[in-house]
Amino acid sequence: MPSERQTKRDFVAEHVRSIPRSGIRDFFDIVQSMDNVVSLGIGEPGFVTPWHIREAAIFALEHGKTGYTSNFGLLKLRRAICAYLKEHFYVEYDPNTEVLVTVGVSEALDIALRAIVNPGDEILYHEPCYVSYHPSVRLVHGAGKAIRTRAENRFALTAEDIAKSVTPRSKAIVLNFPSNPTGATLTREEVEKIARVCVDNDLLVITDEIYSELTYSGQHSSIAALPGMKERTIFLHGFSKAFAMTGFRIGYACAPTALTEAMLRVHQYSMLCASIISQEAALEALQKGMDDIAAMREQYRLRRNFIVKSFNEIGLPCHMPNGAFYAFPSIRETGLTSREFAVQLLEQQRVAVVPGDAFGPGGEAYVRASYCGPMSDMEKAAERIALFVRGLK
Amino acid sequence: MDPLLKLLEEHALRTPVDLSKMLNLPADEVQRRIKQYEDDKIILGYKAVINDDKVDTDLVKAVIEVKIQPEREGGFDRVAKRIARFDEVTSLFLMSGGYDLLIFVEGHSLRQVAQFVAEKLATLDGVTSTGTHFMLKTYKEQGVMMDGPEEYERLKISP
Ligand SMILES: Cc1ncc(COP(=O)(O)O)c(C=O)c1O
Repeated sequence: MPSERQTKRDFVAEHVRSIPRSGIRDFFDIVQSMDNVVSLGIGEPGFVTPWHIREAAIFALEHGKTGYTSNFGLLKLRRAICAYLKEHFYVEYDPNTEVLVTVGVSEALDIALRAIVNPGDEILYHEPCYVSYHPSVRLVHGAGKAIRTRAENRFALTAEDIAKSVTPRSKAIVLNFPSNPTGATLTREEVEKIARVCVDNDLLVITDEIYSELTYSGQHSSIAALPGMKERTIFLHGFSKAFAMTGFRIGYACAPTALTEAMLRVHQYSMLCASIISQEAALEALQKGMDDIAAMREQYRLRRNFIVKSFNEIGLPCHMPNGAFYAFPSIRETGLTSREFAVQLLEQQRVAVVPGDAFGPGGEAYVRASYCGPMSDMEKAAERIALFVRGLK
Repeated sequence: MDPLLKLLEEHALRTPVDLSKMLNLPADEVQRRIKQYEDDKIILGYKAVINDDKVDTDLVKAVIEVKIQPEREGGFDRVAKRIARFDEVTSLFLMSGGYDLLIFVEGHSLRQVAQFVAEKLATLDGVTSTGTHFMLKTYKEQGVMMDGPEEYERLKISP
C-alpha cells in the first residue's frame, strides 16, 4: 500500500498545481454515485460510430495494420482531408506539408499552443467556452485572456469585443464556432469582421471547428477560407463529433508549412503518430460517411427543437442554438446559482446538466443541456425539469 | 419526404404534441397533416415490430420465388394481385432477375404453407414454377436488430 508519508519536496510543477480542478470533474463524481439518472451532461454524440466505419477499423486490424505511420499521418488520409476541406470549407491545404493528423482536436490544440506560445504571451479566447482552452494555455506558460460573449448576441463573439481586449502582448486568439457550450455560430459577415480585427492586430487565429458539420441553418463559414487569413490561421478539426468517433481519438491540424513544421516538431517527439487503426477508420468516414453526417444532424435538429421548446415552456429562457448539440438555458429566474440548480435538479429529479460556470465565470446563471442523447431521454428530462422548476416556486 | 412521415415511420406512437415540438410546428397542424396522410392512403396503418422468438407463436414464415407467364395485357399485375389477396401472403414484390415474384408468406404450420403453395399458388394459371425457402431465424426486421439496439454506457458527464 502506498503510504501517505510526506516527501520533503513537492514534486508537482507550480504551473500545474495552479490549474484548478475541472468543475465538470466535481460534478461527475456526484452523478456517478447515483442511479437512474437521465443525463443531458454528455459532451459526445449519442450515436455509436456508423458500422461501415467500425468495419473499416476491423478490416485494418485483420490485415495487419498495427504499426506506426508517418509522423504526419497516412498520406492517403491527408489527401482525403484536403479534398474534404476544399469541397466543404473552401480552403486549400497541401497534403504533403500543411496537414498533421493528431490524436483528436485535443492533441491538435495542445501542439498548436506549444508551437507558438512563448512564456507570457497573451492568448485570447471567448468565454463561456470549452473547458480545455484556459488550462491548455497555462500549461504552455501563456497568459489566457477571456473575452465574454453575451446572451443578447446569442453568445456570438463580436469584432468590437476583440478589439477592446487586444493588447500589445496578444499573440493569438482561439475561436470555437459552433461553440461548446453555447451552440453559438457566426455568420459570414461576423467572421469577416473578426478576420479584419485579427489582421489589423497581427493576431494568429487558432480555430477549433470540430462542430462545423453540426450547423443547422445557413452554411458554416471557416475563417481560414477568407482572403489573407490562411497564412495566420491554424485550423483544427476532427472526427469525434461529425462522425460520432470520440473513442477513436482522431483529428487534425492544418496550417501553412512553417507552422505545420513547428507543430510536427512537438508532435513527433510527444506523440509520434496517431493510431493507424483510427486513421484507416477516418479515411472510410471521409470517403463514405457524408450521409451519416446528414442523418445524425437531422436527428439532433429534432431533439434540439424539442428541448429548447420545452425549456421555454418550463420558464427557463433558452435561445435556439444554431450549432453543436448543446442548449444553454438561463436559470437566473430561479434565484439559484448554476451549481445549486444543477445539484438540486440532480438530487430531486435525477437529471444531470452541467452548471454553466464550469465553462468560465461568463457561464454563471446558465446550464448546459446537451441534446445528443436519444429522444426518449429528452422527453423524460423535460418532464422532470418541469417538475423541479414548479417545485421551486 | 415530409419529416413528419419519417418520424412516424420510425416511431408511430409519438404524440402530436411531441411531434409538434420536434418539428417546430403547431400541434393542430401536425394532427391535420396526419389525418390528411391517412385519408390519402399515404399512411396505410400502424404496426408494432415484434420479436417472434420471444413470444409463443407457431408462426412459420417462408419466402417463395415464383416465375409467371406475363400476359399480353397487364403484364404481371393480374396474377400478382390475385396472389396478394391470400391471407397467407404478407408481402409481395415484382423482381428483376431469375424469377418474377417474391412472396413472403406466413402460416400456422409447415403444412399450411406447403398446402398454400401446392394447392393455391402452383395451380394458378400463369404460374410456371415456384421455389419455397423457409425462414429459420430472424436477425433484423424492418430496420430493427432483434437483440435490441446497440448500446453501451457513456460517461454521464463529459466536457
Ligand atoms: C470545442 C471542443 N474542442 C475539442 C474537443 C475535443 O475533441 P477531440 O475528441 O477531437 O479531442 C471537444 C470535445 O468535447 C470540444 O467540445
